Amino acid sequence: MKHKYHKGLINGMASLISIVMGLVFGFALLLIFNPRYALPGFGNLMSAGFTSSEKLAKVFYQSAPLLMTGLSVAFAFKTGLFNIGATGQYTLGAFFSLVAVVQFRLPWWAGILLAMVGGAVMGFIPGVCKALFNVNEVITSIMFNWISLFVVNLSINNMPLLLANAWGAINKDRTAALTSPKFVAYNPNATIPKAGLDQLLGSNYMNIAVFIAILIALIIWLVMNRTTFGYELKACGYNRFASDYAGINAKRNIILSMTIAGALAGIGGGLYYLSGTAQYTIVKSLLAMGFNGIPVALLASSNPLGTIFSALFISFIQVGGDLLQPEYSREIIDIIISVIIYLSAFALLMRGWISKLLMRNQTENVNEELDDSSASDDAAESEESAK
Amino acid sequence: MTSNVIADILSGTILFAVPLMLVALGGMFSERSGIINIALEGIMVIGALFGCLFLSVVEASGIGAAYSQLWVLGAVLIAAVTGAVFSLLLAFASIQLKADQTIGGTALNMMAPAIAIVLTWVIQGQGQSTILIPSWVRITQANFGITAGNGFLERFIFKSLFLTTPLAFILLIVAIVALYKTRLGLRLRSCGEHPQAADSVGINVYKMRYLGVSISGFLGGIGGFAFTVAAGSGFQSSVAGYGFLALAVMIFGNWKPLNILGASLFFALFKVIGSYAGSIPFLPQFEGIKSAEYIYLMLPYIVTMIVLILTSKKSRAPKAEGIPYDKGGR
Repeated sequence: MKHKYHKGLINGMASLISIVMGLVFGFALLLIFNPRYALPGFGNLMSAGFTSSEKLAKVFYQSAPLLMTGLSVAFAFKTGLFNIGATGQYTLGAFFSLVAVVQFRLPWWAGILLAMVGGAVMGFIPGVCKALFNVNEVITSIMFNWISLFVVNLSINNMPLLLANAWGAINKDRTAALTSPKFVAYNPNATIPKAGLDQLLGSNYMNIAVFIAILIALIIWLVMNRTTFGYELKACGYNRFASDYAGINAKRNIILSMTIAGALAGIGGGLYYLSGTAQYTIVKSLLAMGFNGIPVALLASSNPLGTIFSALFISFIQVGGDLLQPEYSREIIDIIISVIIYLSAFALLMRGWISKLLMRNQTENVNEELDDSSASDDAAESEESAK
Repeated sequence: MTSNVIADILSGTILFAVPLMLVALGGMFSERSGIINIALEGIMVIGALFGCLFLSVVEASGIGAAYSQLWVLGAVLIAAVTGAVFSLLLAFASIQLKADQTIGGTALNMMAPAIAIVLTWVIQGQGQSTILIPSWVRITQANFGITAGNGFLERFIFKSLFLTTPLAFILLIVAIVALYKTRLGLRLRSCGEHPQAADSVGINVYKMRYLGVSISGFLGGIGGFAFTVAAGSGFQSSVAGYGFLALAVMIFGNWKPLNILGASLFFALFKVIGSYAGSIPFLPQFEGIKSAEYIYLMLPYIVTMIVLILTSKKSRAPKAEGIPYDKGGR
């Protein structure tokens, strides 16, 4: 069973092929819509994140919440659940973190912890509905996305301290700017520390959020792959009834995995809104950040370590996409991402091709080996590279 | 006054139940054939986009007001066909290539609004992200040559009447007959329950699933168009989450057409009560709480959740949905 060793590599290659094909498709779109700007536009798209340290900071800044919502969706996927409620969990998490630092004057890390609690609550409810009442988690999550949005909007409107106009600004349709002088005097520890990174990259957007997110991704990977708890969660995902039969409490595990998934998305909300550069705006539509977690998870085949890279990648081309305007609308990025996701749905097929290709190389090498013993070095080499 | 409010609520309920019901029926055909169609939201957007583009072309050429409802019918057809074509992307991935159905659906949901924005920009010019809907789309008393009145019945019927409403009820009847009274319907249902058994008696499972997904695209496209004309403010590359709500309505309606009709009316009623709450005299107004409208906006979602929990024992999804059919598998 040698090909088992290649699983991670094959997944990665399949994702890479989808990315390349998606980008080619995107370039074709640029050519069709406005041939004159296609080449510089595509160049911008692919390099913007690296052109200046400020842009790089923006990539990191956006990737932190993306990574968390992606991790949330990926975690649920691994345990056989589809968490489409990351948006609601993210929203409630953001709200809890803001209440913590504004209303209770707590430091930022307490805000993140409370964000985790907020998200967990919104994950717990669909989990309970699924485990105890057999209500599909997709529908519960959709309902609670809206419920949490409206609850948050209602609460913020009724907490005058949270609104920006309590801190010297004129608008009352958004929450307080955590970096306004009046607020800093009130709670200097409200924002996530920058640890000098802002000076290093010369951008206000930079803080340690992305490193916190990466650390959490590592922890989740460890839990999933190196603990009994993670094994039980995954077992329930593969076959709920079989794991029940094997003595695993499937109901408890469904509730737990939705709660953890919710907590992860909630942390994302905290990481974004305690950055000091973001303000929660009261609107009647769901926040896109939660939904963007879905492509992040899918691109990474729900691997927690993979989500780190896919979040960085999606954030990277989103920053590049801003530079497409005004020649193109920036939504071309969304088309590219969706094409990549669509192609990665063929992953099964592609994995088949790739492993066939690798296997064929191997068998060819084996045949050569039989003919000529000197070829054995080549075989060993190709195996090395395959790993 | 009260009777006017009631008339408005009832007509609003039907207005918003129509897109929900159409799209949920579409989802039902897809899932009954065995394919989970989470792409309904995207399909709605595509249908609405091309339907509205057609209307704006007609309006621009100045031939709209005459034969207005004929043009609307044309727009409905275009919405239906483009929705069906778009849904083939999902069908191809999940039937032909046996890809994960939620992944394909998510991709389409993301793709559709992006396509809509990009195309609207290309056609209407930079920054012009709204496609306006011409005023002659609405059916008024004038269309029938009657003078406008303001009684209970007139308000109920003509406050917000669009061609899509009568059409939706025709489609509902067609859907019921097609699903339960035809050979095709029986075959389609069997593919969602036990495709291997269906295959063994000579039914082409792939063909049936393609059919199911295309019907969902067809109805989803019309539903998207119906939602956009009902919402009234023009098409802005979004259907405000109605595709996902339709998914919920479909589950709520237990994958059965009449139950789906009931579920969509139920949800729409609470939705409309939510937005009319300020003018309904017998509802508490929560004085002292700012932005109390959010309490009522939450209402339809909370009520649906409660009903779902209470009725969940009877809920039964098609057995084989979500599992790609593999001829060689057992």
